[in-house]
Amino acid sequence: MNTVIFKSASTYLLPLLLLFSVFILLRGHYLPGGGFVGGLIASIAFIIHSAANGLEQTRSILKFHPGVLLLAGLTVALFSGISPMFIGEPFMKGLWFENPVPVIGMIGSALFFDIGVYLVVVGVTLTIIFTITETI
Amino acid sequence: MLIAVLSGFILALSLVITGKWIKGKGAPLVGLFPLALFGYFVSFFPAIMKGESLTFTYEWIPSLGVNLSFHLDGLSLLFCLLITGIGALVFFYTAPYLKEHIYLDRFFGYLSMFMGSMLGLVLSDNIITLFVFWELTSISSFFLIGFNNESEESRRSAMMALSMTGIGGLFLLASMIVLGTVGGSYEISTLLGSADMIKEHENYLWIIGLLFIGAFTKSAQFPFHFWLPDAMKAPTPVSTYLHSATMVKAGIYLLARFTPMLGETVYWNGTLIIIGSITMVYAAIHAVFRLDLKGILAYSTISALGILVFLIGLGTDQALLAAAVFILVHALYKATLFLITGIIDHETGTRDVSKLSGLNKVMLPVGIAGILAAISNAGIPPSFGFVGKDLIYEATLGFETLIWVLSGVALLTNICLMYAGFQAGIKPFTGQLPKAYEKVHLPSPLMWVPPLLLGSLGMVFGLMPFLIDKSLIQAVVNAMIRGGALDVELKLWHGFNLVLLLSGITLAAGFLLYYFLKPSALLEAKTNRWEKLSPKSLTKGLGGIFSGISKLWTGFFQNGYLRYYLIFALTFLTFILAYKLFKETELYINFNDLTGITFYEVAAMVIIAFAVLFTVLTKSRLAAVASLGVVGYSICLVFLFYSAPDLAMTQFSIDTLTVILFVLVIYNLPKYLKLSNQISRVRDGIMSVIFGALISILTLEVLNEPVLKETSQFYAENAYTLAKGKNVVNVILVDFRGTDTFVEITVLAIAALGVYSLLKLQLKSTEKE
Repeated sequence: MNTVIFKSASTYLLPLLLLFSVFILLRGHYLPGGGFVGGLIASIAFIIHSAANGLEQTRSILKFHPGVLLLAGLTVALFSGISPMFIGEPFMKGLWFENPVPVIGMIGSALFFDIGVYLVVVGVTLTIIFTITETI
Repeated sequence: MLIAVLSGFILALSLVITGKWIKGKGAPLVGLFPLALFGYFVSFFPAIMKGESLTFTYEWIPSLGVNLSFHLDGLSLLFCLLITGIGALVFFYTAPYLKEHIYLDRFFGYLSMFMGSMLGLVLSDNIITLFVFWELTSISSFFLIGFNNESEESRRSAMMALSMTGIGGLFLLASMIVLGTVGGSYEISTLLGSADMIKEHENYLWIIGLLFIGAFTKSAQFPFHFWLPDAMKAPTPVSTYLHSATMVKAGIYLLARFTPMLGETVYWNGTLIIIGSITMVYAAIHAVFRLDLKGILAYSTISALGILVFLIGLGTDQALLAAAVFILVHALYKATLFLITGIIDHETGTRDVSKLSGLNKVMLPVGIAGILAAISNAGIPPSFGFVGKDLIYEATLGFETLIWVLSGVALLTNICLMYAGFQAGIKPFTGQLPKAYEKVHLPSPLMWVPPLLLGSLGMVFGLMPFLIDKSLIQAVVNAMIRGGALDVELKLWHGFNLVLLLSGITLAAGFLLYYFLKPSALLEAKTNRWEKLSPKSLTKGLGGIFSGISKLWTGFFQNGYLRYYLIFALTFLTFILAYKLFKETELYINFNDLTGITFYEVAAMVIIAFAVLFTVLTKSRLAAVASLGVVGYSICLVFLFYSAPDLAMTQFSIDTLTVILFVLVIYNLPKYLKLSNQISRVRDGIMSVIFGALISILTLEVLNEPVLKETSQFYAENAYTLAKGKNVVNVILVDFRGTDTFVEITVLAIAALGVYSLLKLQLKSTEKE
């Protein structure tokens, strides 16, 4: 898969797809999308890049091991789950800010939960695929 | 109260941090903690004395009826005092006994965990909580028995104890669930009210049968007794604490606790009397022929537990009183004997009773403790043991039937136990001191004061029974009797009667036996001839057969070939689906309900059909994978036609990733190989067609089933009002069922870690098996 077209395309596809995945993530509460699909799209972005430029290149862009994302995602999701408990509400109760934020829209604990899901999905996919690529 | 119960666990956790200090200077101070708890429980004396009982309730899982409710009455108080009192002495004793052991801190951690579980067990009013603490005692005792984890034997006996008590625990859980369902409550105090109803219920036999197995395994009753002598591999403080005073008595506690609720039926009393008498005689005779001090004590403990089961089985007020007293008597003298055994072992390095004698010349206080304990064990006046033994004889003589059989059994047991007690408590300290032990010296007072204290208490309570009869024993007995209001007065001297005669016979026979029968290896060997028929060997044989079968089973089903796993799973599914579909449902397709076929759908179907054909026929793996991807994408299209964009998006990404994964794996395989032969291909083809057809039929049949719309309607209506979202699918995922999603992403993370560690694990060739 060592073609110039694929290589140059992947350089532009990576940021575009990542942006798109975030878009999908954010619109999830109102329109088709969400953390799971968003995470899958983001992983595909990285995988395309690694297929074109080699794993090392992608790793150097990512800077850290994808396993870190597992931890980060679980922490974010857990924290969004327990945050209502600090103000005496039950676990996982949705909390929302009253006014929407420009571009993003409504912000609430469910959004952070979805971000957690997004991160975990990216972490899982990349960990599995990178590991397999390396060992084969 | 909650803090008192949990403090054991908190201390165990805190040792992670303070471990270093504990191992050094802090060791003797850890004992202050159970001592403080002992003081705390003593403070309840006035209330219990007045016949009151205290309840403390904390909600835990209210939706399942599981509460942390604690109930303190006479019976629990007696056990709490034993647990914390003997616990404190054992903690003090451990400090010098395991001095400079590298895992001393762990040992204290396990001990305090165990203490907390025991306290929770005897205080729980909720039967589910009771079961949880019951299991915790099994688990912490596993760590304690296997404390010398470098010795294979000690590991094996820990496993044995865990499996025996663990199996018992499962039976107990089953019993508790049936009991809770029958009685309509999981609180013992509420269940007591419906005792008559429970006893007449058709499931009554299940309840007590399962309960008995739980209690008998824990309290080492015949034929489950064999784990206890094996558990003696543990350091002596453990044997003292777990296997004489507390854990093995948990089964007794259970029986005593449920006597007012489940007792007084032929099944209850009959079973307990039979099992109790078999255990007490069998173990007492075994105890006579042991040479290892700990072996003697183990068997005499089993025998004593048998006596307790037997007494609870008799079930008369007299017998229950005898049981209450005997619990205390036995705990006092048996803990003493274990502690001095530990000292002897620690100082001389042997526990062989035939080699030990004359040690009183070098360790007098220990000898005094031993003799006091032996006296109480034998029931020589004026010890507390004498009071206890009189009560036992009174109970057997006062029973309705079979008086002479029951008394004879008790007499035989007591004679053997007296002999065993003399072997353990007197034999090592009298006679000639062997040259080898002349240099033996007295250990630290932390070691010899506890047994001396316990031994003397056995004397004090005997001389002054009024100290505890009204204050403690009365409350204990009344907790075991339904609506109990028995007035207890313990006396040392009852005048000349039949009971005294039986006591006299016991003593005379015991002395004669001690005088004539000297311990010898020959005699011990003779008893071992029957080992082949013992429950232990039989269970082991059964275990061997079991593991053999499981090996065959695993070898057949888990053979490491992915295709066979798939074949097994699919065949099973096919059979079960086909059975359900053709046997129990009427197959029909309602063509009227189906919508018309559109042009796009036909197009998608044609693409799918061609892709599938190509996948099957192609000779290149990569092409097969790619065409599978085409199938996936076409299915996405179908999802889109039926307005499920979420599903389509996800399926689309997943398919992409699957193809990438396949390519990654397959890319490096050799280009072309025909691996499977014609026959297996045909077999796989037939299986796939059948399975696919079944799934299609199933899908069509599902349409005929009435669908519950309430759930989906609820989500559709409330997605925006409750969760401020318009995409119902996503709202369900992140809000309504958020906890599920959280568990799912955790599972995903674990799977990723699993793949990572499996592929990255580079075993050295020596580590591979």
